[in-house]
Formats: sequence, structure tokens, C-alpha cells
Amino acid sequence: MSKERASFEFTQALRTEADKIIAKYPKGRQMSAVLPVLDLVQRHNGGWVTTEMVSAVAEYLDMAPIRVYEVATFYTMINLEPVGETLVEVCTTTPCWLRGCDEIVQACEETLGIGLGETGADGKFTLREVECLGACVNAPVVRINDDYYEDLDLHRTRAVLELISRGAIPPPGSQTGRKTSAPASGPTTLSARAGSF
Amino acid sequence: MLDDEDRIFTNLYGLEDWRLAGARARGDWDDTKALLEKGRDEIIQEIKDSGLRGRGGAGFPAGLKWSFMPKESDGRPSYLVVNADEGEPGTCKDRDILRHDPHKLVEGCLVAGFAMGACAAYIYTRGEFHREIQNLQTAVDEAYDGGLIGKNACNSGYDFDVYVHPGAGAYICGEEMALIESLEGKKGQPRLKPPFPAAVGVWGCPTTVNNVETIAVAPEILRRGYSWFAGLGRPNNTGTKIFCISGHVNEPCNVEEEMGIPMRELIEKHAGGVRGGWDNLLAVIPGGASVPVIPKSVCDTVLMDFDSLKDVKSGLGTAAVIVMDKSTDIVKAIARLSKFYMHESCGQCTPCREGTGWMSRVMDRLVEGRAEVAEIDLLEEVTYQIEGHTICALGDAAAWPIQGLIRHFRPELERRIVERMLSDEGASTEAAA
Repeated sequence: MSKERASFEFTQALRTEADKIIAKYPKGRQMSAVLPVLDLVQRHNGGWVTTEMVSAVAEYLDMAPIRVYEVATFYTMINLEPVGETLVEVCTTTPCWLRGCDEIVQACEETLGIGLGETGADGKFTLREVECLGACVNAPVVRINDDYYEDLDLHRTRAVLELISRGAIPPPGSQTGRKTSAPASGPTTLSARAGSF
Repeated sequence: MLDDEDRIFTNLYGLEDWRLAGARARGDWDDTKALLEKGRDEIIQEIKDSGLRGRGGAGFPAGLKWSFMPKESDGRPSYLVVNADEGEPGTCKDRDILRHDPHKLVEGCLVAGFAMGACAAYIYTRGEFHREIQNLQTAVDEAYDGGLIGKNACNSGYDFDVYVHPGAGAYICGEEMALIESLEGKKGQPRLKPPFPAAVGVWGCPTTVNNVETIAVAPEILRRGYSWFAGLGRPNNTGTKIFCISGHVNEPCNVEEEMGIPMRELIEKHAGGVRGGWDNLLAVIPGGASVPVIPKSVCDTVLMDFDSLKDVKSGLGTAAVIVMDKSTDIVKAIARLSKFYMHESCGQCTPCREGTGWMSRVMDRLVEGRAEVAEIDLLEEVTYQIEGHTICALGDAAAWPIQGLIRHFRPELERRIVERMLSDEGASTEAAA
């Protein structure tokens, strides 16, 4: 998570992965791969991309660096600043707000000891407010790295974050034990099927 | 209530195996070759006759959209692009299709792609759905391995590829022209229409952009017959629909129901009713953040379909039902949506770029009553100056929730302003004394 901006070159492993992505698009349209390739480099670099990486992606895809930089600044999932090992994103849009996301923000801030938009001094966590995550019937929702933690409240949020800070990965999905997006007391439909499980 | 046997998404909750074996057991990929043998024109006609309207929000007739694609290639390939960039607040239905029923979508891509003469489908999936993308990619790989897609797909003699393309966090990319720009590797800023995508879409080629749910239901319609689908719901509002019921209900959930189901029945049968009972209902946003809010008096009787909700000056949108009980600060609920649109405006058109920020700031003041009563009219006027004056519908989407609020909750806005004035006056009198 060093801020040092060393020059950057695609490793052989990255090239192999990037070429697989580029092959999805018609010949000469390798530019279409810019988002997945930026994501690839970002994952390789611990969650963010440097200006040098942006330029390297541009060179690899035969794009002007400014075009890649435009893309990198436009999309919220591309990070141009270092982020913590664990990225915690709290949804605060109306469906989550109606179900108590203010309490979830509070639980995150207290447990992690950082505010929204901040990264802890130890570099372990970054906490961020995000717009609708698209899991509204399981609100309130927090996205932690690649996983969604759903049906949260103050205590369940604390429990999840404390487990993660001890190095464990709690099972993602609903934290109340309900089955995905079904009603909490069980499906009202597809009963013959649900009954067999 | 819809019979279970009329439900298309039989693994909506992921209670069963989502992979190829499970999908086959549920009837997916069952003699898909026979569906393709109907021929392009017949498939499009059957989708038209089924009455299927686009499930992404706008409700455009799907068969008609497919028919805009060129019958003969002028040398350019044609593409199907599936919009899986689900991000409309309240909406989380495509997520369930991607993770629990991905083969319905992959099979739908083949059938719809064939009908429009496309050589490939690109499924543009929102980047945050990392796990869902993994399931979808697995389903695509399984379909290739099983000879269901790729060269000679399903032994039909037709070659068809399916690719999964991840986004990276931008609501605007759910707009079809922004999505096409993004798929080309650019910022997601919508293009002016015309030319329409069926003439000039991705990489300058004829393209149709359809929502996940629209594509995923197509094979089932063709298999069971268009008249089965057309027989569900009401005229011009046919078939089934996945509803997402969120907010102040006892049991928030996704559920597939018949189009035209009364809102009250939908909420009480499937979502355990409004918290504190139906009489504790304040208002509902019936179709995702973009559509105007409707008060309880309208909710009492309204039906959940395109035309019924349009008649009450709202919309079915994505069928994301956001329920708010009487404890809700309705002004704050809508103000949060204004903040959402400010954040998600792509910045291309001035009315939207400047207007969403301006509206959000006024809304924030209205939450606390820090405004003049006349500003309510000014705000409303500005929403109409934004609506219809931008390249894409994000400007409209930002305007409608505020228009709905003013239409139905103006007395609440005025009450806050007056209360604030009185308390400010009280404070200054005290200070003077």
C-alpha cells in the first residue's frame, strides 16, 4: 500500500490474463477490455492503480493514456488512491436508509475507528459510503471486498467486522440466516420445490 | 395469485442447483434446437403476440424492438447486448437471475440473438456483482462445453457466442447508449439518438439492448406458447414479472407474480404486509427510484402494471416496490434519491449536471424547512426544465421523484417551512428579550 510510484510493466501472468479478456472482443476492439483489464491490474496491485499503471494499460490496449485515465476517473470501482486490505462499502441509498443504514454506518465507524471515506493508519480497512448496491430486499447491505453482507443491524455488522479484523471471512449473504431474497419466514411461492429442501 | 406452474423463475431463491444439471432438470435447454427451427420471423412474431414488454423499466414491446434489426447484413455483424447493469434503487431482480438461474439468461441470449440475426451476445453486468458474474461465467462455460452455444449451437447449424462483460460502478451505464459507450471502452456518457442502436450500436454495428429479465423469459414463452404468456396479466400488460419489495414491510423479498396484481395483495401475500398494518402505510415508490411516489390512498386500489401505474402518474419501472410506513421522513427519503442522481449524473448535459446538484441542495434544505414557501414552486419549475431537456432519461429520473413529492406531500413541505420560521422567530424574540 505504498504510495511510491514505481514504473510498471505487465508481468507474463498479467499478459496471459489480459489477452484472455481481449479475446472476447472483435479484432481491433481491444479498447473494450479497458475496464476488466484495469480491474485485473488493480487486483494485482492490492486494490488500486497508479498513474503508471494507467499508462501501462493504455499502452497494452493501444489507447491514448488520457482515454484510460478518463475511464479510471469515471467509474467508482477503479481506485486511484491506495485502499486498505479490506474495503468496506456501506449502502446508504433510500431502500437501505429505510431499513436503518444510519446505524450500520455508526457500527462501521465505531468498530473500525475510521470515518466514511477514510483508511485506517494500519492500512487494514477503508470505509466508504456507496450508492445503491442492488440488494434492496436484503437491506441494509454492506459490500466487503467482493462479497455482500445482508440483513444487517448494529450487532450483526459489528460481529462481521470483528471476525474480519481477526482474519476470518464470515459467510456472506444474509446475516439472519434467511435464504437469499425469499421472505424471512420462508417462500410464499414455489412451495412444492421449497418443501423438498 | 399466480400458480406455481405458471412461474418462469423456478429457482428464484437459489434453493436448487443453479448449474447446468439443475437448469436442465427445470426444463431449460430442453430441445432449444426446435425453438430455433421456428425461424427468425416466427420467433419475433410469437414474442410480439405474447405481449412481452421490456422488463428494464421503459416497457417497450420486445418483439417490436427485435424486428428493428436488419434482416440482411450489409457486411456488418449484429449484436445482442444484455443490460445486467442493475442499479436502480430498490431493484435486485436481475441479481437473482444471474446467480440462481443463469442458464435461463444464456439460453435466452441464443434464442433472442438468433431471432435478431446476431452473431454474439455481450452481457454487461454491474461490476459490484462479482459473485453473480462468477456464476454467470460458469453457466456460459458449461453451455460452451455442452455444445449449447458456440459453433453449431444446439446442433442448429447456427454459430453464436456469449461473453460476460463486467462494468465498474456507474449507474448511468444502465442507460442503453451509455452502456454501449462503456462496452466500447469509454466513459459511460449516453449518445444522442438517432441513430438508434439497431442501426448503429456497439462498434458501429446493429445492436439490440435488452434487460436480463426480458431475455431470460423468452425461451419459456416460445416453449409454452405465446398465448399462455398473453393470457396472464391484463391486455397490453401481459405475463409474469419479478417484483422486489423493500422498505417497511415485515418480510422484504423478491417474488414472481402476475402482472396487474393489486399492490396491496402483492405486499400482504408475499412481503408479510406493511410494518404495523396496511393503515400504517404512508406511501410507496412502485417501480424503482425513478418513478414518482404515490400516497396510501392511491396504493389502496392500484394494480401493478405499466398502464395502471401510468394512469396514477407513476410507473411500473423495474417493479421495485419501495414501501414507506408512517414513521418515514418522506422528504428525507426523496432527498436521498436526489443525492443519488446528483452522484450518478454523467456530467454531459448541463440541465442534468447542474440541475441534479441544485435540486439536491434545495431538497436538503427542505428536509429541515430551511426555505421559503415560494421555493417549492421554483423547485417544481426547475424539475420541468430538466425533464426532457437532456440526452438520456437520467434527467427525467431525477425530476420525477421530486414532482411526485410535491404533488402528494406539499402540505408536509410547507409545514416544515412554517415550523422552522416560527421557531426561528421564537429564538430571535427570546434573544431580544
